[in-house]
Amino acid sequence: MAAIEISCVEVWREVSNYIDDAVDRELRERMEEHFRGCEHCVAVLDGMRNIVRLVGDGRAFDTPAGFSDRLKAVLARNLGS
Amino acid sequence: MHEVGLSAISTSPAQIQIARTLDQEIALIERVCAGETQLFYELISPYERSVYVAAISILQNEADAEEVAQDAFLNAFAHLNSFRREAKFSTWLIQIAVNEARTKRRRDRKFLYKSIDEQGQDEEGEYFPKDFADWREIPSEALQRAELCRALQNAIASLKPAYREVFVMRDMEHLSVAETADVLQISQALVKTQLLRARLKLRDALAPGIDGVWNIRDGPWKKVRPW
Repeated sequence: MAAIEISCVEVWREVSNYIDDAVDRELRERMEEHFRGCEHCVAVLDGMRNIVRLVGDGRAFDTPAGFSDRLKAVLARNLGS
Repeated sequence: MHEVGLSAISTSPAQIQIARTLDQEIALIERVCAGETQLFYELISPYERSVYVAAISILQNEADAEEVAQDAFLNAFAHLNSFRREAKFSTWLIQIAVNEARTKRRRDRKFLYKSIDEQGQDEEGEYFPKDFADWREIPSEALQRAELCRALQNAIASLKPAYREVFVMRDMEHLSVAETADVLQISQALVKTQLLRARLKLRDALAPGIDGVWNIRDGPWKKVRPW
């Protein structure tokens, strides 16, 4: 087994920061070495990236039908335009 | 700091577009403040969804979120003169929506019990992944499915409010850690901790095979648990 310099638990604690590119270079290198030898942590990393990607496109939540029209009406009533 | 401007040769077309948009936004704000109130909707229309999402992340109810979004925009209009340009206009609007939604949550009897979770404290122990299913790819057709949106919405709704609010600000509103901390009035360290837990919990909730939404690589999912 390849030498793993960082534990799975440590990887889980930092995986969100890793995705956000908010870990220092040394930690990033240790995590990437760990990912090369740990399919469980790769699964966690890939799954978390998928979550970020899925919600990031904005399609998960949209305004209700007619939202814009009702907002315009409210503004027109209250702004006098 | 690199100044993005129309005359900057090294500036990409995308950056130029952003610069123009920001300039136009500032001009619109100035015109609305000067009395052209009919331009206010044009000013805020790109942020309708952001303000609504901020509200629903806190209130978890479409009608309440819409009412709060409307109030937030009216409030923004009333205080447009106080907008400080060192903050992004979108973040300023989201901040107003968060404040309005939290006020409503405190005021509304039906949120009385939920408000216990509102304190920005982190009383839970560490959260570790519960499932190690391989989930490397998202089929493009899955992104189109209404079931996926429902599964995502349900999973996000199931999060503890403090986690949900941080997750929505960071991963849906795309605010920075610092902006999220400012908007939610919590520390940046807490933003990072709660975002980690939210992402891990959502990953577990939506891991392939959980609710039948996922069908990738033509086969059932083999869950790989270490215990």
